[in-house]
Amino acid sequence: MAQHDGDPANAAGSELDKVSPREVPTGTAVVTSGAFENPGMPPHSPRVTDLDPKKDKTAERRVGGFFLLSIAASVFAIVAYIIFPIVPGNLSSVRVNNMLLGVGISVALLAIGLGAIYWAKNLMKDGEWMEHRHPTRGSEETRAAAAEVFALGNEESGFGRRTLIRRSLIGALVVSPLPAVVMFRDLAPAADPVALLEKTLWAKDVRLMRDPTNTPIKASDVTLGSVFHVIPENLADSADRLEEKAKAAVILMRLKPEDLHVSPERIDWNYQGIVAYSKICTHVGCPVALAEQHTHHLLCPCHQSQFDISHEAKVIFGPAKRPLPQLPITVDSQGYLVARSGFHEPVGPSFWERS
Amino acid sequence: MTTAQDTTTTKATRSAPERGSRFTSGLANYLDERTSISGITKELGRKIFPDHWSFMLGEVALYSFIAILLSGTFLTFFFEPTMTQIHYDGSYVPLKGIEMSAAYASTLDISFDIRGGLLMRQVHHWAALLFVAAIGLHMLRVFFNGSFRKPRELNWIIGFVLFILAMGEGFTGYSLPDDLLSGNGLRIIDGMVKGIPLAGTWISYLLFGGEFPGSVIVPRLYSLHILLLPAILVAALGLHLLLMVINKHTQYAGPGRTNDNVVGVPIMPNFAAKAGGFFFVVFGVIVLISSFFTINPIWNYGPYDPSPISAGTQPDWYIGFADGALRLVPPGLEFVLWGHTWSFNILIPLIVIGIFIVAVMLYPFIEAWITGDKREHHITERPRNAPTRTAIGAAGVTFYAVLWAAAASDILATHFHLTIEAVTHSLQALLILGPIIAYLVTKRVCLALQKKDREIALHGYESGRMVRLPGGQYVEVHKELSDYERWRLVDYLNYKPLMIRPDAQGRIAPMQRVRAVLSRWFFEDRISPATRAELESGDNHH
Amino acid sequence: MRTHSSTDARRRQTGRRHPLASIALIAIGLLSTGGAYALLTTTASAETTTASQDSISQGQKIFAANCATCHGMTASGTKDGPSLYGVGAASVDFQMGTGRMPLAYSGPQGVQRALQFTQTQIDDVAAYVASLAPGPGIPDQKYLNGDANVALGGELFRINCAMCHNVAGAGGALTEGKFAPSLKGVEARHVYEAMVTGPQNMPVFNDTNLTPQDKADIISFLKFQDQHASPGGVDLGSLGPVSEGLFIWIFGLGAIVGVTIWITARPN
Repeated sequence: MAQHDGDPANAAGSELDKVSPREVPTGTAVVTSGAFENPGMPPHSPRVTDLDPKKDKTAERRVGGFFLLSIAASVFAIVAYIIFPIVPGNLSSVRVNNMLLGVGISVALLAIGLGAIYWAKNLMKDGEWMEHRHPTRGSEETRAAAAEVFALGNEESGFGRRTLIRRSLIGALVVSPLPAVVMFRDLAPAADPVALLEKTLWAKDVRLMRDPTNTPIKASDVTLGSVFHVIPENLADSADRLEEKAKAAVILMRLKPEDLHVSPERIDWNYQGIVAYSKICTHVGCPVALAEQHTHHLLCPCHQSQFDISHEAKVIFGPAKRPLPQLPITVDSQGYLVARSGFHEPVGPSFWERS
Repeated sequence: MTTAQDTTTTKATRSAPERGSRFTSGLANYLDERTSISGITKELGRKIFPDHWSFMLGEVALYSFIAILLSGTFLTFFFEPTMTQIHYDGSYVPLKGIEMSAAYASTLDISFDIRGGLLMRQVHHWAALLFVAAIGLHMLRVFFNGSFRKPRELNWIIGFVLFILAMGEGFTGYSLPDDLLSGNGLRIIDGMVKGIPLAGTWISYLLFGGEFPGSVIVPRLYSLHILLLPAILVAALGLHLLLMVINKHTQYAGPGRTNDNVVGVPIMPNFAAKAGGFFFVVFGVIVLISSFFTINPIWNYGPYDPSPISAGTQPDWYIGFADGALRLVPPGLEFVLWGHTWSFNILIPLIVIGIFIVAVMLYPFIEAWITGDKREHHITERPRNAPTRTAIGAAGVTFYAVLWAAAASDILATHFHLTIEAVTHSLQALLILGPIIAYLVTKRVCLALQKKDREIALHGYESGRMVRLPGGQYVEVHKELSDYERWRLVDYLNYKPLMIRPDAQGRIAPMQRVRAVLSRWFFEDRISPATRAELESGDNHH
Repeated sequence: MRTHSSTDARRRQTGRRHPLASIALIAIGLLSTGGAYALLTTTASAETTTASQDSISQGQKIFAANCATCHGMTASGTKDGPSLYGVGAASVDFQMGTGRMPLAYSGPQGVQRALQFTQTQIDDVAAYVASLAPGPGIPDQKYLNGDANVALGGELFRINCAMCHNVAGAGGALTEGKFAPSLKGVEARHVYEAMVTGPQNMPVFNDTNLTPQDKADIISFLKFQDQHASPGGVDLGSLGPVSEGLFIWIFGLGAIVGVTIWITARPN
């Protein structure tokens, strides 16, 4: 599309284009008339090391000095490795080992590098060399020869002519990777992920336990302003503990009953102002655990979604949309907090099949 | 390398001067008779490489990659990439007896029980941060110099792929120790993947081998981290360097430099000494940083456990822009439509980042289409001489920087005594306004600098010396430029906006109209380089 | 709490912040904490040390001169400050002993400043406040020595504290300008007192949630962190990847770019 609207190739002083047998479109480039000419290479000015043999000798000694320093530093690193070992349980020995070994190695490396660069800058022949560029595009003969190779290949194989072979080959090549795609299915077990995402270990009468001590919690333990990090009683026996904990982690707080705004259908989900909410953010699943005693805000430290516990964990700031799911709770006959039921909705981040 | 060449070079080697080590010539002979390496040496040994500091940024990336390979190999000797749960019994007291994965425990052992293990871990991680940072800076250099223009568009794409691979390497590596920080990072990835319509739940399920976190993600990421990604990376890196050799390096405009030559120093010996020395310097700096500065103290984070989290949970810097995008998304963007959940609070960041990344990748082709210039360009442009491109670049950098800053919104809040809410809202506004402002300001600054260059090229520098003329008039004496100095200021390309012309059928294709609009946007404001004619006509006034 | 919630809601609505609002906020917070204790002191035992009558009367004088403006002459609270009935000696010792009280200025939360009183004076005021109503006392030294189980303390810390204070105790942001302070170098006694009293917006960790032994474990963990410099070298504030990223860009890449300029500069 560009071919017709550019100015004819005036080539803006480029030799490359002048030697090229064809006209290369310059697009909308402007050719300035009466432009300056390239003045050519400026005169060369020698370095002090080129003029003063003494300076040259000093520079040489410096380079040698750098390299000798490197040898010394390498030896230092080896010595440090041996005489500053790690004493198990002693953190400062790790620090010393890391530091001295590192200093030895880095000085050894830096000295080689600085020495070589200093050598190149001050002692190696100075000046500016010039090399011609050639067009990246192959010469016309080369291109013709390459085209000939393809033509011969086509001719000798009959790739273009024998359509049955060509088409079936392309078909076979396209289909051949498909078994590999199928084989990815067993990256995960056979079960349906959606069913797994929808259930947690929480169920009727499962006790709320302290994380990580796994002890049950009495309602009276949860004083106003307290926050408990909770796991279900049956987690310890679960075969997939981390996976289940990743869904079942709950945060427990007590608010004054008059601070709680409870919707009618959740009227018995709290126990005397003690409420339990899923700790897993409804945005992308970080644990929302930053609880503020007086504002009743829960903050997610990953993306700053904020949930208001006094209003059923509704979102008051940030990218999350849904409130944290609430776990209905009550107490058992011994006064320990238990779940009244499981969660009434899937916990954690949204997924396509969620609703 | 044909055999005919082979014999001739061999002869040449044999007749090498007797002086110097016999061993060296013997070795060279041995190698050449088996590899015809003399041909390559002859071809490349005296290749000229231009000397400018900004041309060494890609080398920084290459050298940090070598540091990563060396230190990483050491780490693989000790790291155990499994998620089997064990009770730690190593020497770090605050974690004694704690249940953790073997991966985490072996990382602790590397840190606390193997001499130099912590150093290698820190070298590996610092070098990784430096690797991606150097790639980023190198890309910015190439972009603002216009060094991506023909014939280097493909190498821009390869470099871009390297950048993505480097981030992939970084993220997979970050997740391997199975600590609390990286575990929560993986959890965010899981949450994001689940937000993808249709396939998200299944992708997450297959990726984690069941439900998050599962017990296979670490070994799987390990395979990717040490095998697949490095293999592709090395191949792409080889191709990147090969194309650089074929295309030869670009150079800045200057006296004696043309589009048809390369002016600089030969690889043997000068450039080899500098570049080789520079490798040791980069490696040395990485080791020096690693001996004095802690990175990724996994012992602080503790083993991954789905319940706890740390304040200030962030990814490594190069993933920050994606995390920032997740933080800045406006509230309430999740809907149930047609019986399915649409998580736009995840999709919008993904789409925005996707568009941004693809735009970066395709920019060379967009600009080439707008200018219609099909020539090869080997003279790098000073950013001011391509004002619109530079302004677009500045807008892109601003956009990225705002997303990046957003990933640290909580730390910005605590350290500058602001509220998280204010920081988030300001960054949301800045994400839109910042690039616009950056664009306008940069473009104006570029044009102003071009005008100044023109002034200087025609009238010389202001010397600060005032002279009283016979008529009583005061003027400042201007110091004329030498031809060499002037050439640096006037050797640049200048484009004019595209005039659309109807084709043979008298029609104008819609794409041509788009191109014309873009071309006008690019080149409407332009400052032509000063010419000799102008200099001569304006000789008599100051 | 009622008043507090409505103040808060109004402030959000109007977007303006009365200069005394934050003081009130904190004050009311303290009031409710104290209230909670008075109402629900169950296992959180009031370990009030028996203080001499001298100390109490001395404390009352200091209180009248420095605290009564906000907390009222009888410590029963005013609109500017909460009642201190039942907050206990622990609360006084924490708030005054860390320099949070008297308030430096009104802000989202009280900040630490140089101590305004000697420990003896603080003890006197604590004795006076403790004499008004039972509340949590100064913790027993046996929990503060830092010789308990560091590993368990670390685990408890990560689950209960790290989300706000950061895994390394470097602190972190909360909502609306509030923040969890850094725990580096904080005295064990103050850490313990903060856990039992829940100052400002920090939740209360009563003795059933974290037993005194649990608290001792946490304190031991924090002491371990304080006493051991990071084995990897300078910890860059323990802020995680953000400070690491800034460091490599500014100092790492900065140093290397400096070298590239030296490499390509022509020697004289």
